[in-house]
Amino acid sequence: MSVAATAPAPARVFGSGIRRREDPRLLTGTALYTADFTLPGQAYAAILRSPHAHARIRTIDTARAKAAPGVVAVFTGADSDGVLKPIPCAWLIPNSNLKTAPYRPMATDTVRFVGDAVAVVVADSDHQAYDALELIDVDYAPLPAVVDPQKAAEAGAPHLHEEAPGNIAFHWTVAGGDIDAAFTSADVVVRDRIVQQRLIPTAMEPRGALAQYVPATGELTLWNTTQNPHIVRFIMSVVTGVPEDRLRVIAPEVGGGFGSKIPQIQGDFITVFCAMQLGRPVKWVETRSENYVSTTHGRDHVQEVELAATTDGRILGVRATVWAGMGGYLSTAAPGIPTILHGLMLSGPYQIPAIKEDVYGVYTTTTPVEAYRGAGRPEATYMLERLVDLLADEIKADPVEVRRRNLIPPFENGHAVATGLTYDSGDYQGALDTALAQIGYDNLRTEQAAARAKGRYIGIGVSMYVEICGLGPSQVAGAVGFQGGLWESAIVRFHPSGKVHVFVGISPHGQGEETTFAQVVADELGVAVTDVKVVHGDTENTPMGWGTYGSRATAVGGAALAIATRKIKEKARLLTSHLLEAAVEDIDYADGKFFVRGSPDKAKTIQDIALMANVAWNLPQGMEAGLEASSFYDPPNFTYPFGTHIAVVEVDPETGHVELKRYVAVDDCGRQINPTIVEGQVHGGVVQGIGQALWEQAVYDQNGQLLTGSLIDYAIPRADLLPDIDVRSTVTPSPHHPLGVKGIGEAGTIASTAAVYNAVIDALEPFTVRSIQMPLTPERVWRAITAGKGA
Amino acid sequence: MKVPITISINGRARSAEVEPRLLLVQFLRDVLGLTGTKIGCDTSQCGACMVLLDGIAVKSCTCLAVQADGCAVTTIEGLASNGQLSALQEAFWEKHGLQCGFCTPGMIFAAYELLRTNPNPSPEQIRHGLEGNMCRCTGYQNIVRAVQAAAAAGGRA
Ligand code: FES
Ligand code: FES
Repeated sequence: MSVAATAPAPARVFGSGIRRREDPRLLTGTALYTADFTLPGQAYAAILRSPHAHARIRTIDTARAKAAPGVVAVFTGADSDGVLKPIPCAWLIPNSNLKTAPYRPMATDTVRFVGDAVAVVVADSDHQAYDALELIDVDYAPLPAVVDPQKAAEAGAPHLHEEAPGNIAFHWTVAGGDIDAAFTSADVVVRDRIVQQRLIPTAMEPRGALAQYVPATGELTLWNTTQNPHIVRFIMSVVTGVPEDRLRVIAPEVGGGFGSKIPQIQGDFITVFCAMQLGRPVKWVETRSENYVSTTHGRDHVQEVELAATTDGRILGVRATVWAGMGGYLSTAAPGIPTILHGLMLSGPYQIPAIKEDVYGVYTTTTPVEAYRGAGRPEATYMLERLVDLLADEIKADPVEVRRRNLIPPFENGHAVATGLTYDSGDYQGALDTALAQIGYDNLRTEQAAARAKGRYIGIGVSMYVEICGLGPSQVAGAVGFQGGLWESAIVRFHPSGKVHVFVGISPHGQGEETTFAQVVADELGVAVTDVKVVHGDTENTPMGWGTYGSRATAVGGAALAIATRKIKEKARLLTSHLLEAAVEDIDYADGKFFVRGSPDKAKTIQDIALMANVAWNLPQGMEAGLEASSFYDPPNFTYPFGTHIAVVEVDPETGHVELKRYVAVDDCGRQINPTIVEGQVHGGVVQGIGQALWEQAVYDQNGQLLTGSLIDYAIPRADLLPDIDVRSTVTPSPHHPLGVKGIGEAGTIASTAAVYNAVIDALEPFTVRSIQMPLTPERVWRAITAGKGA
Repeated sequence: MKVPITISINGRARSAEVEPRLLLVQFLRDVLGLTGTKIGCDTSQCGACMVLLDGIAVKSCTCLAVQADGCAVTTIEGLASNGQLSALQEAFWEKHGLQCGFCTPGMIFAAYELLRTNPNPSPEQIRHGLEGNMCRCTGYQNIVRAVQAAAAAGGRA
């Protein structure tokens, strides 16, 4: 079932790493991102944000700001309250006692995080708007802050919302198998307390919005930095009352998202509010420092975890309690991340008879948390991969051997795990073997021992994962409280000349679907890739879709496209049979030609058919004109990509510095449409996960001030700190996907944090270091070594 | 209060009266409408705003428009000539050195600067040469490959 992807390059366009169609405009500076648009009469909004993590607003005096040069208007929460509805949370996890609290576009009486919006200035220029911001006087009565989710859940903690006693936003449980029996019968139990530190997504393009409202028609157009324009239209309509048919959302070029451009944030609504109040286009673009407090963060779990096993290393059960920080309010998809996307994934690639997890979503006086690349799954993978390494350490077995003993055997169509999910297909052993061979595992262990004898500390870290993506069956979405569907749609339209337009509901922002989707159409119908134009991002000319996140654009949107394409093929066969006066059963298709079986010269190209269908001079009885098809694809199951990553590090015991020396990633995302793009997704994903292991952390002080509030202080990976990532793959098609694909956007991030972390702990084995809090900065590593030496 | 300046932008003289505090990047984007140059931070970390100032790559958010008075500036819009992509643009395309494209204009000028001073850099030298430019999408690996390819093709321009 699995084949290492060292096979020669395919002749087919499907599976070939052609260069991207979107690149020329990006390379020449002609691509337009939200901040690049300027409309006639446009004004600029600047938002005043709370400097306090938690405070009551006594008074706001805007008089001086209103009188400042160039100022068009100043609004506060008192102006928008009642005009705008609160920002809805769109993932209402059932059976979790979920407590939503009003999340206002601008705070009225209380602010709950540094960055909570308080007022907005609209001026003729951005400079004037920012100048006037400084003239607004707000009198705050500070309240106590709480930033740690576990502490926020303790009795007596500072309290955020009346609606949520004890700051508990929800309490969700997943349980499968007999967990008590697993732990009472265990020979070995290993435990850890893991802090999945808070991260800042840092898409290189900050967020922004440009809103234009025409009072005469009631029409609103919004250019927005979003991963999901159709969801924006839906939510914006709910909050503003503008009917969906008058509301057009355009996601122009979007400069990365990584989850932070899923939710609608305060600035989006404030911009629209200003444009509607003033009847004049208004633009708001975050500064980076503003982005760090106003756009969502990710992760932020405290996890207490334990694993029960036999002395020979068989896992009997995993039990965990998680406190997941939600920030001051519940962001759009936030409750689904530590629950559905995390708790349900706790079996990983292993056979684990019993699993139980309690997740507390906790309000804290911090920036709201949302999806961040991997969203819940990195937190699950890390937890399991730490526990398995701790088990190996405890029973003095090789960590690879312990993994092997517990892996789910290869399966092609369905495997149920204790959390209730049914994985689609997998060959976890295959990915592990490929990774071990590639890195030369056995030799590495020998080298490691030799190096240690010389006082050099090399570590090898293994991380295996299964992830859930291709979200997902809409019926399941409804059952787990997602306030929308998760299907996708596509329209394929052939023009008389044989050129093709594809309209899709997904909204890529760097993932390259203008290319891969063209490859799918080209492969199915024999047109040139350059004859296919993929249109996305504008709700006015694309069919409904739920957006690009959760590695779902190709897994779900690509399936919709494949089905629409096959409908075209069917119609083309019918028309060919009519034109060539042959029975439709006798029409074959190959390489762009429909022909009568046995007489390949009696043929019509897809271009011939496109012309004949469009001019409609001679159609069979009952056939409609045109060559166009649409499809709505609701997947029957999620897809489950998997893989094994191995990192090799060297730690300098004198300084605690970690050098990442080698990295092998073996990922199985099913069939690959464009391996070059797959590889690029893995590179970027792996590096983000390395960032979490080694450098990145959003640090709040106890007063709730964000200390890492700019790119000076928040350390995203730089080119000079990284080795090349050796990317390999195995191919296990998804059994239920029309193209056999699974999804690759998040895999790298899901696997890499644990691989690097495990490697560092492995390197420090002689110092009896078993746990260090991430990120593994030199200081922390050095302190751990020093403490270990003393032990 | 406003100061008159003239800057040659992509070979064409452009004059304007600007506030002394106006940054070069704001002059390019907001006054001239050359939006290919990006703004990714407010602390001069990210490099998205890089342009050539008299042939040397600079972060245009770190330079006032008035400081560029009398200078020649090349932006990403001026790099391709007669519809022909430059060697670096070609190489970034060929090696999949970009995903969302937001860092790309700045990254290309950082690479240009590197090749100007070191026409045959090793991968390590390339990685060091790009340390002032941030990309959140690519993990930098294909950017390194692109710069190697451009160097092998014999040029930056
Ligand atoms: S905008 Fe980030 S360095 Fe200039
Ligand atoms: S390509 Fe997106 S930031 Fe570099």
